Amino acid sequence: MALQPYSSPVEHIWFWTFRIFCALVLIFLMLPVLVIIPLSFSSGSFLTYPLPGFSLQWYQTIFSSGPWMDALKNSMIVAPLATILAMVFGTMAAVGLNRADFPGKGLLLALLISPMVVPLVIVAVGMYFFFASVGLLNSYAGLVLAHAVLGVPFVVITVNATLQGFDYNQMRAGASLGASPLRVFFTVVLPQIIPGVASGGLFAFATSFDEVVVALFIASPTERTLPMQMFSGIRENISPAIAAMATIMILLSVLLLLVMELLRRRSENLRSTQ
Amino acid sequence: MTAAMATLEQSPSGKTSGLKAQLRRAERLRKIKAVALIAPLAIFLIIIFVIPIGNMLWRSIDNTELQQVMPVTAAMVQEWDGSDLPNEAVFASFAHEIRDSRSGGGLGRIGRRLNYEDPTFRTLLTNTIRHLPAEADSWTLALQEISPRWGETSTWLAIQRAAPATTDRYLLASVDLKRNDAGKIEAVEQNQRIYQSVFKRTLLIAGGVTLICLFLGFPLAYLLATLPTGTSNLLLIFVLLPFWTSLLVRTAAWIVMLQSGGLVNTGLIMSGIIDTPIQLVFNRIGVFFAMVHILLPFMVLPLYSVMKGVSPSYQRAAVSLGAHPFAAFWQVYVPQTISGIAAGTILVFIMAIGYYITPALVGGPSDQMVSYYVAYYTNTTNNWGMAAALGSLLLLATLLLYLIYHKLVNQKQLVRS
Amino acid sequence: MTKTTQPKAARRIINTTLLTAGLALSAGAHAFTVISFGGASGDAMQEAYYSPFTEKSGVRVTAGDYNGEFARIRAMVETGNISWDVVEVESPELARGCFEGLFVPIDWERLGIKDQVIPEAVTECGVGIMVWSTVLAYDADRLPRAPESWADFWNVEEFPGMRGLRRGAKYTLEAALMADGVPADEVYDVLATAEGVDRAFAKLDELQAHIQWWEAGAQPPQWLVAGDVVMSSAYNGRIAAAQEEGRNLQITWNGSVYDLDYWTIIEGSKHVDTAYDFIRLASQAETQSVYSSRIPYGPVNPDAIALLSDKQAAQMPTHADNLVGALAMNTEFWVDHGEELEQRFNSWASR
Repeated sequence: MALQPYSSPVEHIWFWTFRIFCALVLIFLMLPVLVIIPLSFSSGSFLTYPLPGFSLQWYQTIFSSGPWMDALKNSMIVAPLATILAMVFGTMAAVGLNRADFPGKGLLLALLISPMVVPLVIVAVGMYFFFASVGLLNSYAGLVLAHAVLGVPFVVITVNATLQGFDYNQMRAGASLGASPLRVFFTVVLPQIIPGVASGGLFAFATSFDEVVVALFIASPTERTLPMQMFSGIRENISPAIAAMATIMILLSVLLLLVMELLRRRSENLRSTQ
Repeated sequence: MTAAMATLEQSPSGKTSGLKAQLRRAERLRKIKAVALIAPLAIFLIIIFVIPIGNMLWRSIDNTELQQVMPVTAAMVQEWDGSDLPNEAVFASFAHEIRDSRSGGGLGRIGRRLNYEDPTFRTLLTNTIRHLPAEADSWTLALQEISPRWGETSTWLAIQRAAPATTDRYLLASVDLKRNDAGKIEAVEQNQRIYQSVFKRTLLIAGGVTLICLFLGFPLAYLLATLPTGTSNLLLIFVLLPFWTSLLVRTAAWIVMLQSGGLVNTGLIMSGIIDTPIQLVFNRIGVFFAMVHILLPFMVLPLYSVMKGVSPSYQRAAVSLGAHPFAAFWQVYVPQTISGIAAGTILVFIMAIGYYITPALVGGPSDQMVSYYVAYYTNTTNNWGMAAALGSLLLLATLLLYLIYHKLVNQKQLVRS
Repeated sequence: MTKTTQPKAARRIINTTLLTAGLALSAGAHAFTVISFGGASGDAMQEAYYSPFTEKSGVRVTAGDYNGEFARIRAMVETGNISWDVVEVESPELARGCFEGLFVPIDWERLGIKDQVIPEAVTECGVGIMVWSTVLAYDADRLPRAPESWADFWNVEEFPGMRGLRRGAKYTLEAALMADGVPADEVYDVLATAEGVDRAFAKLDELQAHIQWWEAGAQPPQWLVAGDVVMSSAYNGRIAAAQEEGRNLQITWNGSVYDLDYWTIIEGSKHVDTAYDFIRLASQAETQSVYSSRIPYGPVNPDAIALLSDKQAAQMPTHADNLVGALAMNTEFWVDHGEELEQRFNSWASR
């Protein structure tokens, strides 16, 4: 909404009100994320401003303490495995969905995306009872499977979107030249849809890395993930160690954001060259 | 995958008939391959996702506690006509089975189930076990000696209600209804009604959060969509960074912002608006702040993507034809963004009604939504039937909204193509 | 993309599948897990008990925390998914769980510490850890004078501002009755009657608009420091930890409710031997004095008191000065009425 030179004073006022309103909304979005960072350098042990002094002790605490490092390690085991599972299953399904039309396709798509929609508590309670009866409760495998379920919709959606512009004649060309279907997939299809697969994977990774509800129900302290540790930290033991971990996680989200942006650019480039 | 490869290998060697048949076969082959590609995920989801949820829904009518722990008594008490006291055989089997119930958590399970009928039942059971004689000539008398309540039919009627394999008590209770002793459905006492207000509260909070998100998100999305790409990409970071930041980090940040010594209160005091800190967190205000913050990107992003595709020329045309700029905006621009508004609104609403973690951390006891009670009944009181019943209602509401969303988004895609 | 990609990717997928399968096989084999109430107390336990135990036995302790949700233990035993080994429980839960067969009965011969600890610490299924107290805590810098009783806690005219109370019936109903003028030694007699319960809830109704409910022991000191509340019920040890930070938080011992916490072993634990070793070590005078010097909860091993300084000893709930007007928590009462009252409290609070 550019300001025209011939605008009336009323429009001037509206224009600036609008701009200031948007600026406030942007501050509202960003401020909480920024506010928590300085607290991680507090020398006191409560999460309050003003800071009593500067100190790196809380970073030392999380990097030397067993629970925080164990939690980070667990998240680093669970999230990548869940992501790979989600990516493999999700990409296959998205390719399949784009290959042919059949009755009930819409319903099937709705099913594949539903883990994103069903309230987490319901997923958590359901898995809690189910995993308890099959011996998957309190295990890494259970956690990986659960998080893979939650990550799948993102992969299906992003790969599906990337495939919308895909020309299937390329596959036929590949097959007619004698390549096996797998080979066609890995050499012709995958390079073109990799931005979609990767960004779906990033979403799935972020989901697992941030998921706390299901984990609270189905994991024991042995498999405690980073969000679980954060949750109990916020509830039971409020200290600037939370802020320190939060700062590290914010850095991670900046990283995720950058990778996402790169992927978006790349897929845009691919599309424009087609 | 292997099925797809197998079918593909057959295709070159297949006999050629008419072109039509060949096409039909190719088409069928494609469908088979497509299904083979989707099947692993579908099966995976059915096992790890659909079955567990179905199993949970079943628990909302499951009533097998007594049958599992006291199979003989449960069977016998169901045959009792309920007029006089049950016969000696029922008393005897009850005495024997309750003695064995202490191992493996059985006593806890039936105590819990019978406590729903009468909240003093567990105490009665534990007292009974404590004083249970090793042998008795008449268990009818022995039990009544321990507590006169074993001589009352109402005690045995409660056991009888817990004996069948299914019950509707949890589903009824989740909407503040119950069956009275005569088996008629009626409202529960005034001071025990909570779920109707919990559902109302859930819809109110979710609706409020959605409206605020729309109110804040629409102008922002409009600004982002109309600014030059470079600037809007830069400002988009303000939306995307919180979006990618952990929900727990953001919830913790709001506790820090809103507490009495927090930034908001300090700022308000310094600017002279208030003298003493006001309570902003661990109540409804805190829930709204944190939830709007977390869900706002889910409103802005779909709106932004729709607005990006709206050409400004119609609006300009309207203005040049003499329409007031605001009228042009309302009547020409906004209708074109309706699919984005619908998508964003329903998405935010669906996510909001299932919220658990954020209200649990920044809200008080009277700000908790349905999800909280599902978790509460699962983890804090072991009332799994109640958790399942409340969960079923929440799931139903969510799926209905999801269907609407699905319809709308499909239509949007139709409109675009 | 080169020819090698395909087998590589395929191999990666196979590896992942194998790894997942391997993890699935190892499901259920968990490390020795000790669950406490966490927070400052958990930190003290880490230093006093967990670390020395690991040093001595070589067994790693996986530490976790909870807020006393007894239901989690029940669910574990009933579904047969035992992921906790040793748990810190409060006395009513200990009695209830012991009766329902959720805890392993303690073989005191085998443990061999019966003569080293106070008699209250010796029970059928639990071994005393420490004596703690729920006290009235306040920020002395924000109040005109020190509140002397729960009646002052209810006095919103003289002491304006929010108050913190534990979200649950236990300790809250006792405080309400004491605020209503019931002497400490009659509290449980009154609470055992239906009128007494109504009276307690009516008293809570008076204050409801001024109450901020806490669930975790770390919250009251955090809120007092941040100024969210001016007074709060709190675990005495958490307040002392905040005092050491230089905050002027004070304790009113009059009307405090004291009790023991116990170690107990979950039925079905695969680490019973380790659990015995752990509990034995945690009951020694040396480890107990380290714990009590980190956080002022009274040791159950009397020899540990001798190892504390006078200043530290004066902060214990068991110190003679602090027992004036204090109430001993009635385990039997809460075993019998706990569930009913908690249920009523919950539907009252969620309105």
